[in-house]
Amino acid sequence: MMEIKDMIKPENLVYEKTKVLTNNIMHYCPGCSHGTIHKLIAQVIDEMGIQDKTVGVSPVGCAVLAYNYIDIDWQQAAHGRAPALATGIKRLNPDKYVFTYQGDGDLASIGTAEIMHACSRGENIVVIFVNNAIYGMTGGQMAPTTLVGQVTATTPYGRNTELNGHPLRITELLAQLKGTCYVTRQSVQNPAGVRKTKRAIQKAFENSMMKKGLSFVEVVGTCNSGWKLTPTDANKWMEEHMFPEYPLGDIKDE
Amino acid sequence: MAKIRGTIVVDTECCKGCKVCVVTCPTKTIDLGHEVNSKGYNYMQMVNPENCTGCTNCAAVCPDSCITVYRVKVE
Repeated sequence: MMEIKDMIKPENLVYEKTKVLTNNIMHYCPGCSHGTIHKLIAQVIDEMGIQDKTVGVSPVGCAVLAYNYIDIDWQQAAHGRAPALATGIKRLNPDKYVFTYQGDGDLASIGTAEIMHACSRGENIVVIFVNNAIYGMTGGQMAPTTLVGQVTATTPYGRNTELNGHPLRITELLAQLKGTCYVTRQSVQNPAGVRKTKRAIQKAFENSMMKKGLSFVEVVGTCNSGWKLTPTDANKWMEEHMFPEYPLGDIKDE
Repeated sequence: MAKIRGTIVVDTECCKGCKVCVVTCPTKTIDLGHEVNSKGYNYMQMVNPENCTGCTNCAAVCPDSCITVYRVKVE
């Protein structure tokens, strides 16, 4: 029987933390989807060898501190304005890979105008949109993407369509705009989802250099602190409640 | 027949004990231990190390990237 210490050798290594991620311990809550998505972006950047050619634009929200974790150039945009800032960066530096990383409070609420027009203009950038159906950083208030009946800090009896309107499926809206070339919705709660999301992010980065237009990758994620669930229960809740409203898969691929 | 064996190394200071990896492991190799790290989280460890096949599922879903996986073929 082989001892464990005999297996731990460089030639047997099959998975390790990518060098593009820094060694800082993430400030995210245990089980937060942000960590997994950061890791996938870092892996794609590492495998494509574009670490010195990538500029990220971080949002307002929990992921505002993304520059602490992914070792590339970053800018931080005012709330919702990441696509406008990324437009400027990409137009001045067309040889750089430019992406924005935004949550649903940032992109689907205050930043609706910016993302609509960036998609309409067909900027050659990548937008990573993390949808957890809640305002996570500020304590779990209702977001435009909150599901009907979902209990949040500002909808204590559940979201009521008469009072609060309907969930905003912004990804489907953006897919109708001619400037987008690739619009997809993925998730990262299990290994299959993680691998699909990684392929989607890689494709989006490749599209941005082929001048095909804007690539939009939505990742349905969890906010277990905001949802008041354990990380594993939050993943189950997401599969049962989020996926019927936000079905996974490619919405547009040109 | 050749058999696949694997093992993992966990960065215990990085682990927050979210258990996402524990429910993902197909061979029930890993679970949270009783010890805690300096932040007070029960960190993940191998409870049935002989079951591990090095499938990398735990590492793929780990939000904090604290798992390194090794795999070897034994005759």
